[in-house]
Amino acid sequence: MSLGIPAGTAPARVAFYNDPKVRSVAYQLALCVVIGFVVYSAADNAIVNLRRAHIASGFGFWNNTAGFDISQTLIEYSSQGSTYGRAFWVGLLNTLLVAALGIIFATILGFTIGIGRLSRNWLVSRACTGYVETIRNIPLLLQLLFWYNAVLKALPETRDSFTLPLHIFLNNRGLILPKPVGQGGEGLLWLLILAGIIATVIVHVWAKRRQERTGERAPVFLIGAGLVIVPALVYVLLTGFPYNFDLPQRGRFNLTGGVEVAPEFAALLLGLSLYTAAFIGEVVRAGILAVSRGQAEAAYALGLRPGVTLRLIVLPQAMRVIIPPLTSQYLNLTKNSSLAVAIGYPDLVQVFTGTVLNQTGQAVEVVAITMAVYLTISLVTSLAMNVYNSRMALVER
Amino acid sequence: MKRIVSILALAVFVVVAQSASAQTLKTVKERGTLNCGANGQLAGFGAPDAQGKWNGMDVDICRAIAAAIFNDATKIKFVPLSAKDRFTALQSGEVDVLVRNTTWTSSRDSSLGLSFTGVDYYDGQGFMVRKSLKVNSALELNGASVCVQQGTTTELNLADYFRAHNIQLKSVTFATSDEAIKAYDAGRCDAYTTDASGLYAERLKLANPDDHAVLPEIISKEPLGPSVRQGDDQWFTVVKWVLFAMLNAEELNITSKNVDQMLTSTNPEVKRFVGTDGAYGEQLGLTKDWAVRIIKLVGNYGEVFDRNVGAGSPLKIDRGLNKLWSKGGIQYAPPIR
Repeated sequence: MSLGIPAGTAPARVAFYNDPKVRSVAYQLALCVVIGFVVYSAADNAIVNLRRAHIASGFGFWNNTAGFDISQTLIEYSSQGSTYGRAFWVGLLNTLLVAALGIIFATILGFTIGIGRLSRNWLVSRACTGYVETIRNIPLLLQLLFWYNAVLKALPETRDSFTLPLHIFLNNRGLILPKPVGQGGEGLLWLLILAGIIATVIVHVWAKRRQERTGERAPVFLIGAGLVIVPALVYVLLTGFPYNFDLPQRGRFNLTGGVEVAPEFAALLLGLSLYTAAFIGEVVRAGILAVSRGQAEAAYALGLRPGVTLRLIVLPQAMRVIIPPLTSQYLNLTKNSSLAVAIGYPDLVQVFTGTVLNQTGQAVEVVAITMAVYLTISLVTSLAMNVYNSRMALVER
Repeated sequence: MKRIVSILALAVFVVVAQSASAQTLKTVKERGTLNCGANGQLAGFGAPDAQGKWNGMDVDICRAIAAAIFNDATKIKFVPLSAKDRFTALQSGEVDVLVRNTTWTSSRDSSLGLSFTGVDYYDGQGFMVRKSLKVNSALELNGASVCVQQGTTTELNLADYFRAHNIQLKSVTFATSDEAIKAYDAGRCDAYTTDASGLYAERLKLANPDDHAVLPEIISKEPLGPSVRQGDDQWFTVVKWVLFAMLNAEELNITSKNVDQMLTSTNPEVKRFVGTDGAYGEQLGLTKDWAVRIIKLVGNYGEVFDRNVGAGSPLKIDRGLNKLWSKGGIQYAPPIR
């Protein structure tokens, strides 16, 4: 069968402005120019109007003295000596701390709830269902306020603090722990522990390869524990414990000394973790149900117990379905931590977009910086999860 | 092709839509209502009562402005603002005037794009503690926790004062004054700090007001006053002179009860005040009887002070610095002539 085109004919020549390729390039260039123009004129408009309204603009405020106190800081900060820039870093570290711990707790609890909901034990599965349905359907802000007030009301006044062993006190100002004060040798100690952890990871990889080759399993946990603890112990025995503890003591109003974990932090962590765990539980349940039943049945036929089946056969396959929505939940948790404003925990939004914005009046710059920070955190998180996801992906033939 | 044309049209629209230049008095008159930024949570200064009617010193100043413009003190929309959002609301045009117990400072006058029109209340920052703590002075608060509202000069002054006296403190900041006072009541902190007038007002919200004492130290100057956006001189002058009219009325003993008789007075100062002499109201952009409207519908400064924060209110704050200059205080208004 032959087409009606004689062989050796060149394609028909059209004018260059009718060529589809030229047209598409031209349209895209025109769109870029228009978008660039819109962005430029919007920015120009904003700057001109800010100047006309005599509102300060520019980033000069970054190096001005802050002048206000922050109740919880992970790094050195003082109201007289620190700048607005420093306040930004304090807020950012507080946000990252709450987000990181929240992600860890929410994941652990979420997986438990998700697996529990599929349990054959009637009480466990109903309890998990009840938990998910309640927590998912109440707004997070209300839950945070509830936990904050519940936590505060449950704890006693300072003078009646619960006294726990090891000089730990619990009252409605927070959990007060003895503060370790380094005496000078602690850097080497941490280095040894870190080296032990890295060595454990290497041993784990080696043991896995050995198991695939020969089928023999090595006691990785024991070896790892030994690698981490033994050098550190030897070091401490030889040179003495490098930390002194600053013990909390009763002052006139509060306990002085020691390190204080505020109830705001506890309430925020609790509220965020419980809320996100409900969503993660549903994601996990969806992932497990997505694995075909044949897998579990084949595993039972081989004589594997349900617990082992879940851990080694079903969950690894379910992770492919779980990870993308799980990433979304992590990002939600990070962004929801900005609700700390409502209960007084000094996170990035409260310190920077709240107090700094109010003191400097520069709303446009401050909000733009905050948006950029949250965008960066979210992009980094989803990048990490996508890397993990691609390693979990089914290798197609 | 159609899509490109519509995008270009949108771009042109964005460029052309610049903000209109400031003509606030004209805009307010055309709109028919005054948008007033108020506190919403501070008894005595700006708070709605159980029926939803707004009361307070700042509220009355707003009512005076509306009375001067519209001869009707109810043509106002009150926008409750927290300390954090108050300046953005004024900068963006959401409110025409901000009368929300805001302290006049140099940075607020310059970098925020707004101007303060006067001082309606000379105040200072103080502390409130539980009587059971047996503290008699702010200098004994070493190591204490203090509840404070975010975004206020209070936060800054607290850090300064304790630093200057080498005292440690832990400040716990909250987004609104309601949350701060609730946390103080729940025992989260040992002391509560805000302007002294606010302390008396907030004490009424506590479960047992008599268990709490206000410490004697006043640690800062807090001149509270209304503010407007920069770049509109006429509006600035109008708001400024509304407060001055209220002060001048108290000096001349013109009250809401006797303002009608004062219309026939022969005292030249009173004649200039009520508009019988001269065209001072018209020069401001208002009417001849602008000052009479204010006094008749709202009252003079003394009446407003008394019924909101003074002897005629639950707060019972002494006039102190807010007395007229002729009676030993520092409230002083330029003459209307």
